[in-house]
Amino acid sequence: MKARTSILLGSLSAALIALALTSPRVMAADKVDPVADAKAFQNFFFQKFPTVKHEDFVNGPYSMNEDMKRQWQEKEEFPPYEFALDAGKEMFATTFKNGKTYADCFPNGGIGIRQNYPYFDEKEGKVVTLELALNRCREANGEAPYSYVKDEMASLTAYMAFTSRGKPMDIKIPDDPRALAAFENGKRYFYTRRGQMNFSCASCHVQSPGERIRAEILAPALGILNAMPIYRSEWSGMGTTSRRFVTCNSQTRAVPLEPQADEYRDVEYFLSYVANGLPISGPGARP
Amino acid sequence: MKRSLARAMVLALLLSLGLAPAAHAANEADYKTAYAAAEAASKEAASLRHQWTVTVSALAAAKKAADGGDFDRAVAAAREAEALAKASIFQAMSEKEAWKAMEIR
Repeated sequence: MKARTSILLGSLSAALIALALTSPRVMAADKVDPVADAKAFQNFFFQKFPTVKHEDFVNGPYSMNEDMKRQWQEKEEFPPYEFALDAGKEMFATTFKNGKTYADCFPNGGIGIRQNYPYFDEKEGKVVTLELALNRCREANGEAPYSYVKDEMASLTAYMAFTSRGKPMDIKIPDDPRALAAFENGKRYFYTRRGQMNFSCASCHVQSPGERIRAEILAPALGILNAMPIYRSEWSGMGTTSRRFVTCNSQTRAVPLEPQADEYRDVEYFLSYVANGLPISGPGARP
Repeated sequence: MKRSLARAMVLALLLSLGLAPAAHAANEADYKTAYAAAEAASKEAASLRHQWTVTVSALAAAKKAADGGDFDRAVAAAREAEALAKASIFQAMSEKEAWKAMEIR
């Protein structure tokens, strides 16, 4: 009887010790840890493409293919986004009807701040992207908002990105459970398969960067937003981050969300945060 | 002779019974039933934020065919839309956990 009790107690103790040892790991796996996520994300790409310079990932498909890179470098002498850049500079300086300008809405007059967007607004409890902030600026000054997917917004963000070129992406996640939830939600959106093609963002930009999808070479997810907005030959024009998300969804045969939906804002937050430290290269040009 | 005639008649009867449902032309009521089921599934997919473009197209095709009086085609398109919507709902539900398998850790 004694032996039985000892065995029972021994087994119980062993089970409790095992539980104590494993449960922190389970909890750790479920804990939102943006620092660890960003480190793992960057290391994945650095190891997958050991010959690509880290700061070169922001150049998308050009970092993956030497021939394309040479063509792009030649194109950069007369970049296709130049018209948008000039238009954006002019728009940025033009006063609203009330006499104010965009500069009045942003820190440092809106110059050299692209690398800090999107940010988490603790008052609103949500992610605020640069495109959203620009339209809020317009509305606060009595102007109609621009379409998130058309040229005006692309021109404005092109100019703002240009003033930040070379500055490292610097996204902050405040110690606020809502900010961590937004990061996690963005991460979930990035990895979730959708559409009839059953593709997630990661299917193309994590599993297959450098590979061809039809005639195009897929860009790596690391630093993919650092080049936004972009001139795309396929679009014969400029495209905003909103346009990029909407188009990606459509290509997988998923009905896109409305531009600046919470999910899009959160995935922009996630993708920008994991690219922290990599330089802003926008506006970019893509095939 | 009599036996083979009887056999042929039974076979003809069986064939006619078997083919009858396929030959039945769809009517407006069939379409309305099929469309309502497809629309309900499609709305559920949209509420899960997992709507597919092909579901929307199939629903539109069903409505267009019905407006033109082609209820066979309308029912077929509505059934296709329902199947697509159900597949997208399955995707939404399974991805609630499955996305983690793709995550870089």
